[in-house]
Amino acid sequence: MTRYARVALAVIFVGLLMTPFLVRRLSQPASPIATSGHVDALKQYGFRLTESAKAAGLEFVHGAPTLDPKLAHIMPQVASMGAAVSVVDVDRDGLPDLYVTDSKEGSRNRLFRNRGNGTFEDVAERLGVADLNRAEDGVSMGAVWGDYDNDGFEDLFLYRWGRPVLLHNDRGQRFTPVTDVTGLPAWANVNTAVWLDFDRDGRLDLFVGGYYSEAVNLWKLADTRMMPESFEYANNGGRKYLFRNLGGGRFEEVSAQVGLASRRWALAAVAADLRGTGYPDLFIANDYGVSEMFANDRGRFREIGREAGVGYSPKSGMNAAVGDVLNQGRFAIYVSNISEEGILLQGNNLWVPSGAVGGIPRYENLARSMGVDLGGWSFGAQFADLNNDGFLDLYVVNGFVSASQQNSYWYDYSRIAGGNQIVISDAKNWPAMGTRSLAGYQQKKLWLSDGAGRFLEVSQLVGATDRYDGRSIALADLSNHGMLDVIVANQRGPLLLYRNQVAADRNWIAFELEGGCKSDGATGCTNRSAIGAQVTVRWNGQQQVQEVSGGSGFCSQNQRRLHFGLGAGGTPDKVTVRWPSGKVQELTRPEVNRVHKVEEPA
Amino acid sequence: MTTEQAIAQPSKTPRAPWLKVDRRYLAPALITCVLLAGQLTFGFLESWSRTFLAIATAILTELVVVRALYGAWPHLASAYVSGISVGILVRSPAFWPYALCSAISITSKYVLRVRERHLWNPTNFGVVMMLLLAPDAVAGLSVQWGNNLLPMVFVWVFGSVILWMVDRLNITVTYVLSFLFFAVLRAWITGHTMISEIAPITGPMYQLFIFFMVTDPKTTVRRKWAQSLVVFIIAAVEAVFRLMQFVYAPFYALFLVGPIANLIEIWQDERRGRQGVSR
Repeated sequence: MTRYARVALAVIFVGLLMTPFLVRRLSQPASPIATSGHVDALKQYGFRLTESAKAAGLEFVHGAPTLDPKLAHIMPQVASMGAAVSVVDVDRDGLPDLYVTDSKEGSRNRLFRNRGNGTFEDVAERLGVADLNRAEDGVSMGAVWGDYDNDGFEDLFLYRWGRPVLLHNDRGQRFTPVTDVTGLPAWANVNTAVWLDFDRDGRLDLFVGGYYSEAVNLWKLADTRMMPESFEYANNGGRKYLFRNLGGGRFEEVSAQVGLASRRWALAAVAADLRGTGYPDLFIANDYGVSEMFANDRGRFREIGREAGVGYSPKSGMNAAVGDVLNQGRFAIYVSNISEEGILLQGNNLWVPSGAVGGIPRYENLARSMGVDLGGWSFGAQFADLNNDGFLDLYVVNGFVSASQQNSYWYDYSRIAGGNQIVISDAKNWPAMGTRSLAGYQQKKLWLSDGAGRFLEVSQLVGATDRYDGRSIALADLSNHGMLDVIVANQRGPLLLYRNQVAADRNWIAFELEGGCKSDGATGCTNRSAIGAQVTVRWNGQQQVQEVSGGSGFCSQNQRRLHFGLGAGGTPDKVTVRWPSGKVQELTRPEVNRVHKVEEPA
Repeated sequence: MTTEQAIAQPSKTPRAPWLKVDRRYLAPALITCVLLAGQLTFGFLESWSRTFLAIATAILTELVVVRALYGAWPHLASAYVSGISVGILVRSPAFWPYALCSAISITSKYVLRVRERHLWNPTNFGVVMMLLLAPDAVAGLSVQWGNNLLPMVFVWVFGSVILWMVDRLNITVTYVLSFLFFAVLRAWITGHTMISEIAPITGPMYQLFIFFMVTDPKTTVRRKWAQSLVVFIIAAVEAVFRLMQFVYAPFYALFLVGPIANLIEIWQDERRGRQGVSR
């Protein structure tokens, strides 16, 4: 008996050792086409992407800053952010324009105006939004657009490692800095900002999240103890700011007053009504720690990350984007992290709502089961229905520092990441990086939703084949033809434009919302940018909700217009617009394949 | 990592009455404290459910295998420690690696045996197998718990007391001194700062390694001088792996050196046995 048991046990043991191979085999994509090199993507997946930045006149290569010489030995990994892109219709001509940040001292940001013929012209210099990387003021990290004075033109908030600046859009002709009267901090190392109307007074407020402590000037370091105190539990990052819009270009910093205090290392934030209260909640993805979720209780915030289930298992949060991935009328949240085979497998998080207890939503991380967990060293990610099939897809950029193709910094990085606070928090203890890469030359991930809770990775098959160090992604229908194009800003790399071509039989519908507040002092209405407004489209027995966002992803902002794919022959039965003012508007059987301009009713 | 100090032979050294506790529960107590302190304070686990899965699989496997092979019900302290260790050391977004690593760890104890003695520390074997066979799904714990020295000091002090009680502190002390010696050597060879070479040992992976893995009585040699020699060699092999930039160098070093040391001891025991019979 024992002998037979021993033999059986040995067989089982061998079986156990073979299990990883079995799992790998079973987890291969079911479709053999997915691994083939010759795919008619348009036929197979309903869309294809063509990189065409140069042809469109988007010639731009990002440059990184040169920080204090004390950081020279690890400069590539410290000066590793700043490539950002945001979408804005700067002159209200109905065409999305692109604002792109540079980060080299003395470099110029670009405002690419959409000519409407497939090409762009840089008007940044003429409009006064180019020369914003002067050494004394710091360098750009990103930009978000919102009409803070409800005059109909989107204003620009530019955040930097340095002095943040708010620029008023003078009717699309010129931008005027209004920093002196806003009470913005003199210096902060900011990597995320979001426009939101947190108190629903019809005026856009501004959340700003610090990364390095605001006491640190990265060009003039007092000492080298400015790194995170822990790889996963750091609480020595930059402070958070919430600027309440008082009208007249004046803002009041109220973060402490409304309960928005955190010293975590914020890299991304998104505001959305996650609890159905009508007030925008705030989700912050933090590097070196857990994410935070701030519930907005009628203008006061409380952190509910742990209660909601998202505040455990610290990782390296670098992105925050929301999307109704299961067409349930509820937002899931995507957070990007780090995954490197055999070294560090954090896995990206897809927080899907599973219910609510006592008004607090509960989330489960379904990234693994839905197939969107392993990206690489992931930064920006955005949800979008790229093939207009009625389900949101997910585009994720990866890659941290691409330098030597032969030598990797991973070993040294992991060595220091495991060290105690005294070791890790001091930059001088970090091994020199030299010309080594750290998670460089990584493929991007374009996960296509099958509508049944699984995603298929198709990036190489549909044309998203670059290997630059991607940071920021924004989505916009640049030609107003019902197809979402992808714009990618790469660190120390070129700006990319992936033009989208979608199968002709797929229907779509888009909504350009405008809030009812038409002046700075208007009340009882929605901010003119309509940020926070939710649109729910119901068609063919399903529904999808989207919300106008004042910034999402990593250092990016999509077009304000909300775009819904409807699938082949799909027609909406009903569309509901829920305005932040509380008004609800319904559209019955709106026409498909066109952009609907919707104004908030009086 | 069975840390079967718990099941070790009783020490001959007389102890104070307050120290007369069932030693089989010492290791489980220590590792449970580590787990609870880490999770309740910092939320360091991938998830409770993954760790519970690892523990449940380890215990279930131990029960089934021992019952099938020996017809008896085993004491579960060792399997419990293995399960918790897997739950802490394995990092994966998936669930299956936790169950698989536990199952491989426990099964290896009863399959890879010579003269009724298992050669590898079970958790060390399980973790190394997962790192080698499933690098796309598994990584090891490589980051710090918390951001201050207190948890580290607590684990080191508590762990040292327990090892002293079971007469195994010499192993840990020798290993730590050896690690420091080789860290100095590596710093001299690579030109890196000393503190960056010492940094890894301040992390939790090493706390589990030095308190639960290298001290496991079932897979370490008996004589004290030999125990110290073996961990010195482990530290030396680890230093070579580190120079070759292997992130999980200590696991690989123990994986290679541990069984060789055990085989040598088994061979020596047999030889002595034969000599005894011939006399």
